[in-house]
Amino acid sequence: MSAPVTRRAAPGVALLVIALALLATLPAWVGNAYYINVASQILLFAVFALALNVLVGYGGLVSLGHAGLFAVAGYTTALMLQAGQGHLAADVAAVGVTLVVSAVFAVLALRATGIGFLMITLALGQILWGIAYRWANLTNGDNGVNVSTRPAPFGISLAGAQSFYFATLVVFLLALATMALFVRSPFGASLRGARDQARRMTALGYNVWLIRFLAFLFSGFWSGIAGILFVYYNQFISPQIAALQTSAEVLLMVISGGTATLAGPIVGAAIVVIMKNVVSAYVVRWNMVLGLIFVAIITFMPEGLVPGSARLWRWAWRRAKTPQKTAPQKTTPQMTTPASRGDRP
Amino acid sequence: MTLWITLAVNSIALGGLLFLLSAGFSLIFGLMRIPNLMHGSFFMLGAYFGVSLLNHQVNFWVAALASGAAMAVIGAAIERLLLRRLAGQELAQVLLTLGLSFIVADLCLMIWTGDPWQPPPPPDLRGAVQFAGLYFPIYRLAIVVIAVAVAVALWLLVDWTRLGAMIRAGVDDAPIARVVGIPVSLLFTLVFGLGAALAAFGGVIGAPYLSVYPGLDAEMLPLALIVVILGGTGSLLGALVGSFIIGFLYNFGQAMFPDLAYVILFLPMLVVLVLRPQGLFGKGTL
Repeated sequence: MSAPVTRRAAPGVALLVIALALLATLPAWVGNAYYINVASQILLFAVFALALNVLVGYGGLVSLGHAGLFAVAGYTTALMLQAGQGHLAADVAAVGVTLVVSAVFAVLALRATGIGFLMITLALGQILWGIAYRWANLTNGDNGVNVSTRPAPFGISLAGAQSFYFATLVVFLLALATMALFVRSPFGASLRGARDQARRMTALGYNVWLIRFLAFLFSGFWSGIAGILFVYYNQFISPQIAALQTSAEVLLMVISGGTATLAGPIVGAAIVVIMKNVVSAYVVRWNMVLGLIFVAIITFMPEGLVPGSARLWRWAWRRAKTPQKTAPQKTTPQMTTPASRGDRP
Repeated sequence: MTLWITLAVNSIALGGLLFLLSAGFSLIFGLMRIPNLMHGSFFMLGAYFGVSLLNHQVNFWVAALASGAAMAVIGAAIERLLLRRLAGQELAQVLLTLGLSFIVADLCLMIWTGDPWQPPPPPDLRGAVQFAGLYFPIYRLAIVVIAVAVAVALWLLVDWTRLGAMIRAGVDDAPIARVVGIPVSLLFTLVFGLGAALAAFGGVIGAPYLSVYPGLDAEMLPLALIVVILGGTGSLLGALVGSFIIGFLYNFGQAMFPDLAYVILFLPMLVVLVLRPQGLFGKGTL
């Protein structure tokens, strides 16, 4: 259950290097600005999914209100910029406000665990949506808020698709590194402990509530960062982004990829974003597709694609090593396709 | 003064609708331990069914009952065919209802388009009555009467019949209820169907007041959630009291602080969660 990433170190490192090389050179071989933008979307939603995975995967706390945190960061950035503040001030304020809102969410939602936690976060998320939608004096209601400029950190303008992609990539790698550290840290271990054996952890002297609270803040922090990236990417934010749909989409990214893995949410983000872009190009019914995928994954592959594929891969590997060496050669390639797709972020 | 009384009548009417919605939600939660995230969809789909029947000149009450009956069948089928496969996996069940709610929302948009529908109330209940110099829309009062009648019927069912005793036993302790021979599995299907029917009935009854439009489901679901968090899960009395509290807060909040109506809804939830996490009338924890 816990972090299979640590076990197979050597192939993992090789894959990581390949993946990094691919990501770093992506604009060169993709070329078209549209696809570079899709890649930016994937990376920023991967940050969001990784953040949610802290709670869902490692904490065992399923939140359906994270779109609210994402939107709070986006709105704060947009409104600060609209008020004439600089980018740095707007971003710092966005992170600060998101952390405060996360703390309020955490204090209320952690009155319960399990399904109760899910219900409370859902209700809180809907309230934030209601504020974004109804408090028109502040948020401009349904019309949303425009962001006229992207920032230019260290004098590098992020206005173009390519430079924005690299900025997103840097943030994504930072998020991934933080997550990897978090998973291996004593804090990560105590969060998993609180997930699996809350009572024993309490008996051992751990403050389970505090562990979960801090995990919520950590998750809220990266959701906020993803929200800031999102508002810069779109240069526009509207209440739609705070809706339950967004929370559900991110949860689908985490679940479809596989919870409590580092690669899972990234793969999930890629699948959902690509699907959304492809489906939206051909049919108007993205919500229907989202619902159908949800139902299908929960019914048929509840453990997610990455662990599910890893299981298939191990099974195929064992079959390939045992006696009949000729026949499985044919089946192995079939099995590797989903597995290798799963391992590459 | 007139404004306040009108607001009060609207609040009670909305409270009545919320009760129809959240009574089933609360019973389902109490028995199956899952929040049915499709409940708003049942409400909206039921309302659309009713609107279609009304467009075919069906009598209003027949339409409301028929829509409820249809949704009972759909609800029971969803429980039997989909939720049952995931028995014991509460999280998967909840997410399944969430996925289904998106499908229903999109189907409704496809079939009934994005335009709002607002059927007229039944002919005998149109207009307003004059009382003490004030005018009250008859239909809103009728909603209250219907909700109270349903509440009494549900109370009689749950507290005074054998079936009700079995439901209560299932809510209190499903495994033990099973051991003593109560068909808990059948109860799940029955209660899920009943909850769906009540929501759909409420949807039709509410259509002349709230109208039916895409997004109605996502608007009603959090209200049901807040009602149940307030009142306590599995408690009909809690659902009733919670519904009227939320009905009042929603209407008065919208009249007095239109920008912050949603924040005001959240205040009683905050107080209840901090002081009494099991809800006003709940027995177990959330």
